[in-house]
Amino acid sequence: MLEIKNLHCKLEEEDKAILKGVDLTIEAGKVHAIMGPNGSGKSTLSYVLSGRDGYVVTDGSATLEGENILDMDPEERAAAGVFLAFQYPVEIPGVGNMTFMRTAVNAQRKARGQEEMSSAEFLKVIRAKAKEMQIDADMLKRPVNVGFSGGEKKRNEILQMAMLEPRLCIMDETDSGLDVDAMKLVADGVNALRAPDRAFLVITHYQRLLDHIAPDFVHIMADGRIVKTGGPELALEVEKNGYADILAETA
Amino acid sequence: MMALPKVKHDATEARLEGLFLPEGVGWTAAARQDALARLRAQGVPHRRDEYWRFTDPARLTAAAPRPAAPMDLSDEAVLHDEIDRLKIVFRDGVFDAGASDDLAVEGCEIVRLAEAQKTDLHWARDIYGALEAQGQTPVDRPLAALNTAFAQDGVLIRVTGRVPRPVEIVYRHEDDTSDPILHHVVRIEPGAELTLLETGTAGARFNTALEVDIADDGRFHHLRDQGRNHLRQAATHSFARLGARSVFKSFTLTLNGALTRNENVIAFTGNDAQAHVAGAAIGDGREDPFHHDDTVFITHDAVNCESRQVFKKVLKNGAVGVFQGKILVKKGAQKTDGYQISQSLLLDDDSQFLAKPELEIYADDVACSHGSTTGAIDEEALFYLRSRGVPEPRAQDLLVLAFLAEALLEIEDDTIAEGLRQRIEDWLDRRAG
Repeated sequence: MLEIKNLHCKLEEEDKAILKGVDLTIEAGKVHAIMGPNGSGKSTLSYVLSGRDGYVVTDGSATLEGENILDMDPEERAAAGVFLAFQYPVEIPGVGNMTFMRTAVNAQRKARGQEEMSSAEFLKVIRAKAKEMQIDADMLKRPVNVGFSGGEKKRNEILQMAMLEPRLCIMDETDSGLDVDAMKLVADGVNALRAPDRAFLVITHYQRLLDHIAPDFVHIMADGRIVKTGGPELALEVEKNGYADILAETA
Repeated sequence: MMALPKVKHDATEARLEGLFLPEGVGWTAAARQDALARLRAQGVPHRRDEYWRFTDPARLTAAAPRPAAPMDLSDEAVLHDEIDRLKIVFRDGVFDAGASDDLAVEGCEIVRLAEAQKTDLHWARDIYGALEAQGQTPVDRPLAALNTAFAQDGVLIRVTGRVPRPVEIVYRHEDDTSDPILHHVVRIEPGAELTLLETGTAGARFNTALEVDIADDGRFHHLRDQGRNHLRQAATHSFARLGARSVFKSFTLTLNGALTRNENVIAFTGNDAQAHVAGAAIGDGREDPFHHDDTVFITHDAVNCESRQVFKKVLKNGAVGVFQGKILVKKGAQKTDGYQISQSLLLDDDSQFLAKPELEIYADDVACSHGSTTGAIDEEALFYLRSRGVPEPRAQDLLVLAFLAEALLEIEDDTIAEGLRQRIEDWLDRRAG
């Protein structure tokens, strides 16, 4: 589904390379986790894939179902099926959560040549999905993420994911700032979305999220590259011994 | 009296050429004469005047307006159409009886200036031109004096009860060179309440004045949409005098317009009163220029009054926004609560926002604050919206609406607020199309 080859990128503002040759293939239906120390380039990878400004791809490619996504605008990538769950979901005062989601859902449907969802149908769907994420009507009415707790923001991200039904879900440290119960809720939401035609790229510092979202593969990223790939046991190894051993053995 | 500089004198006489004090103006005659004398003493404004530093008044003082073709408005819904209201229609400043409702509504008496002035005496005599004259200190407002002197018509409303239906003054613009001068007077008797709507473009160039005298415990709501003609030039003044425990709330929406100067002059004369003035403006200078100036002067001369100014502007393609807001707290006006915020959202590097917030306080137990900000679109929010599939132009529109929403919150009536919000959204949609 997603194929990343020899991806290099640097910061737009300064001559600093962040990704230094990432190779990664993610098949449909699979959950891949990326772990790694601070500054290894994990979050940058998620931004480059979703099209955030501020990064320049200097080499390599990233294709989704054979289509080069790196040349697309963020909204085109979204329509193609890329979704990034933000580490820090953005607060947007003055834009209602409901208006935002309806605009997003219908913009994507339009981009894909599908008919827009009627208000009634949209309401029905979002209410049902919000209930599963324990998001009440009040949260839907409030401005996007404004006054939401850390847990509410992350649940709101998963609700968006559920509404937009992307093919590739990138989750950037979704576990940060969550207590155990909130993490369980978020993980349940993610697990409910697991499907044969959908893939996940889960970026995390800690193994504990992976207790709830069982990955098929775990990759260790360091200094802008994926340095080691393994199964779920690799995450346990990191939890126990830290990154030092792995980095020493791959250096 | 100091003689006017020659340039001002000449400009004033040039403006006055072709303007004549109307005949048969009964009880308004003295007020008109006085106003003309004021205008001659002050002279028409000039861009070198401190009060006009950010807005060149040349087009407002020229003998004739720059032509502005009327716009085809058939693609937009009628504003406030879902509200049961009494409509008074002026076509290029001329009363249109056929399009207007019967001027009869419970709780108030309504008469047009052009009719009322034929009589010898009228309740409006103590207000017409009087609030304007008071508002000339400490700052000259010559265009308001011009209005009082030469107003061709207007609406006089005396409110004695709680008026169940809003009164709407509807302006229609059909003549390329129309240059109407309209003067409205509202008197709110003790405990009475009125909502006044003003809608549309009054002419190619227009000069409108509104004097509002609110007695104790009276309430007045004013909602104005200045229409969507891009080339029209406008000078408007609102003068309000607030009695004890009274409430004055005014909101103005401006979508385009080559030149707009909206002055609000508010004086608290009774204790415990409240005045809120707010405005939202969007200008795109791509095809036609956009210059919008909100000038506010609030005088606290009573105890425990609250004033609030909230002005937001979205500026694009060389559009210019101006805010001059002053809070004057006189000696003895203790417990004054004055708040002022003016903000602009600049959508590109060509547009500019000029703000001059002022506080002048002679009482020692007051809470006054002011703030002014200029900013660009929040890139983080824009990316967030785009990453969810919202195309960039639409994402920007959502953020523009969000920015203006804070000013719309000042509107008490949800139906009216929604109508005006929809106006903004329609404007954005047309731009996108």
